[in-house]
Amino acid sequence: MSTQPTRKLELGKVGESVKRVDAIPKATGEFAYSSDLVDAGMLWGHTLRSPHAHALIHSIDISQALTMPGVHAVMTHEDVPGDKRYGLEFADQPVLAFDRVRYFGEPVALVAAEHPEQARRAAAKLVVEYEPLEPVIDMERAADQEPIHPQHWTLGHGFRDDPRPNVVRDMRILRGDPDVAGEVAVEGYYELGIQDQAFLGPESGLAVPDGEGGIDIYVATQWLHVDRDQVAPCLGIPKEQVRIHLAGVGGAFGGREDLSMQLHGAMLALHTSRPVKFVYTREESFFGHVHRHPARIWAEHRANRDGKLVCVRVRILLDGGAYASSSTAVTSNAASFACGPYAVENALIESTCVYTNNPPCGAMRGFGAVQSCFAAEAQMDKLAAALELDPVELRLRNALAPGDSLPTGQKITGSLPVAEVIERAAAIPVPEPEEMLRDPIRLPGGAGNTTRGEGVRRGVGFAVGFKNIGYSEGFDDYTAARVRLFADAEAELTAEVHCAAAEVGQGVTNVIVQTARTELETENVVLAPHTTASVDSAGSASASRMTWMASGAVQAACRAVKDELERRGGRLEPGEEIDLERIYRHPRTAPLDPETGQVTDERSHVAYAVAAMRAVVEVDVELGLTRVVWIGTAQDVGKAVNPQAVYGQIEGGTAQGLGLALMEEIQTRNGLITNASFTDYLIPTTLDMPPVVAELVEEPEPDAPYGVKGVGEPPTVVSTPAILSALRDATGRELNRVPVRPDDICL
Amino acid sequence: MKIVLRVNGERREAEIWPGESLLYALRERMGLPGSKNACEQGECGSCSVLMDGTLVCACLVLAAQADGHELVTVEGVSEEGRLHGVQEAFAETGAVQCGFCTPGLIVATIDLLARKSDPSDDEIREALSGNLCRCTGYAKIFDAVRLAAART
Repeated sequence: MSTQPTRKLELGKVGESVKRVDAIPKATGEFAYSSDLVDAGMLWGHTLRSPHAHALIHSIDISQALTMPGVHAVMTHEDVPGDKRYGLEFADQPVLAFDRVRYFGEPVALVAAEHPEQARRAAAKLVVEYEPLEPVIDMERAADQEPIHPQHWTLGHGFRDDPRPNVVRDMRILRGDPDVAGEVAVEGYYELGIQDQAFLGPESGLAVPDGEGGIDIYVATQWLHVDRDQVAPCLGIPKEQVRIHLAGVGGAFGGREDLSMQLHGAMLALHTSRPVKFVYTREESFFGHVHRHPARIWAEHRANRDGKLVCVRVRILLDGGAYASSSTAVTSNAASFACGPYAVENALIESTCVYTNNPPCGAMRGFGAVQSCFAAEAQMDKLAAALELDPVELRLRNALAPGDSLPTGQKITGSLPVAEVIERAAAIPVPEPEEMLRDPIRLPGGAGNTTRGEGVRRGVGFAVGFKNIGYSEGFDDYTAARVRLFADAEAELTAEVHCAAAEVGQGVTNVIVQTARTELETENVVLAPHTTASVDSAGSASASRMTWMASGAVQAACRAVKDELERRGGRLEPGEEIDLERIYRHPRTAPLDPETGQVTDERSHVAYAVAAMRAVVEVDVELGLTRVVWIGTAQDVGKAVNPQAVYGQIEGGTAQGLGLALMEEIQTRNGLITNASFTDYLIPTTLDMPPVVAELVEEPEPDAPYGVKGVGEPPTVVSTPAILSALRDATGRELNRVPVRPDDICL
Repeated sequence: MKIVLRVNGERREAEIWPGESLLYALRERMGLPGSKNACEQGECGSCSVLMDGTLVCACLVLAAQADGHELVTVEGVSEEGRLHGVQEAFAETGAVQCGFCTPGLIVATIDLLARKSDPSDDEIREALSGNLCRCTGYAKIFDAVRLAAART
């Protein structure tokens, strides 16, 4: 079955604002998300999860659950047919817990039943004998405590060896002389809480056995092929017998890089020979995916009187939670961007991620750069104040430019228009303060009607953020695309494009179609379903890479097909076809030196994108309530493939950074999540979001097809520090922790 | 138990378990998955439907309570096979990204414009504050509501 029917599209070419391919089906309700799927004879799966953050498992008694009405299967770790563990970077995560559980909500057993409520009730009859252990919960103490994993996965992995317990990765970037002094120095300590992706579509999917020992899994994911490569070994069957198909994805933001129901659904489906559907509840979704790493950051910036940075020292500590997920890459990314988009010749950056029994953390939009940008930009404001310099001017004096080097020694060879982006953002006119006598909905506290303007102070802030585009440190990152050009009975040509790039809401399907139309100069472009069954890997819809990589792959496949068509005389006979697949790779990267963190070849990152933002806030300093009034931003986007979608990414990415600044935090007590609901974990609503004035800075990236760059992450990276900068301006407080709490801004 | 109700102008019967929400009955019993299941606790508005003309979260109504009532879901808002103007406006303005919030927002916007044909930005803000969107930052949703209002 196909969840995304093949359809003909009438769209523009690269550079035009065009309606999304899926906009109408999504607006009518006919678009099939992963939670909407049904199949004949379908059962419902349910996951029993650990009520402890850390405990030994002595026994699991399934006998009573098996006799419950409607139940077809109960499975535990004993029923995992192949490898017992999986993982994105290291196979450290059990398919189902055995011996011990390491986080609150860890999957322990599975039930399949006729009705979801029957499955829930049967799961409640499972008897698990736990022996609670003292959880490791403080990231600063984790490296001195008992290891929560017997193996030390990262040792001998090409990373700097750190034999301390619970260290996932410890790295150091050493540039120049980190002991050099400046005429002025500022120090700071910063903290970030755990942010959740909070995509609206819960983890869900349908696993359908093919009757021959294989499985089709329809699921919302970010990388179909890496799901397959993790699922197959745990099922103990060849990769070819696992087919992952993209079902409609209700948002992702990094939270769907790791497996959720894929393996569990497949196990139950193969065991029962029935299709099995999983739909997590919202509460379960908070346990069903990794989160943004909480962090503690110590920073010291030294500069000369003229404002030029002479040395930056930063220590970053990240809590990876119970399993590694993509923590090693987050650790490195956080280090890479610790100095911000500024030139500095001397730096010492240490970045460490530890295992704890807190919720597992991994990819979320901004991926390490969010954490370090929050600290780096606060430091730049502090430095500007110490130097009595305008904060924008200070940033301009230090702005990285092509030819400069990053702290890793990598020379900026492509596009990175830091100064232009800063100038463009700073030039957007800031609205005049509105008089206080106004509809309360436009005051801090909103319809709560808590002030008529008394105690309200206005603040204006500025920040700059940058991040890499694409996978780094030598990862062999590629995207495949396949184009089948065929002639109908009248010899009219249609191109059917296959690419497994995950459409997660960001609009990559339009990128694919617009690229094909541009290259083939035809409107007859049809998009095939995204699946592992018909095309090689597209890589992940992550790291702001998919637009670049998908357009590169589709361009290459289209050009190959065009060449072949030319060779055949420019036409195909009715029924004839050309079917070619091509692989696209971005410029090669290389690992960093494990001891110095310096590049070992030309680059460790592929390319960069930068954004600058001004934020205006109003704070009721008597009650600690905040309203973000206005945001103006300029972003380096390379070339906007679909400008309307690019503005949408900027506005939406800004909202997620605003959420981290003001309200979003997963709260834990002794490792247990205490706010796993949208009642208690708040995300921005219409009442929280200000108007966003965005300007696109289009300087083509020389190494990318059409000069494109990724656009999804920079707005999330920059908006948190921009809003914090404005809050500091309004309150005079240091505000070194996000999300900011009312107590922090009550004067 | 059996319930009988009108959904999108059609008489429908469904065999339900009494503990099921209206949202579950629509999605799993009646083949109408357009109303979405983002939180199932009345916080996100993704399952917004009209029940006897009143905007409700289908996740907070028991299926059994809907017996004998009249419902309109996102699948039923198009007019004579043509898209509703609000649907057109959402698609045109880029208000749809992942789209999971879209059905609920479309029903909520139709409800708003039925009450107030030319809402101010503050009125839009308040009326749609019960509908969470994680992708767009709401800017293009405001554009969509303004465009739909201007066309009617």
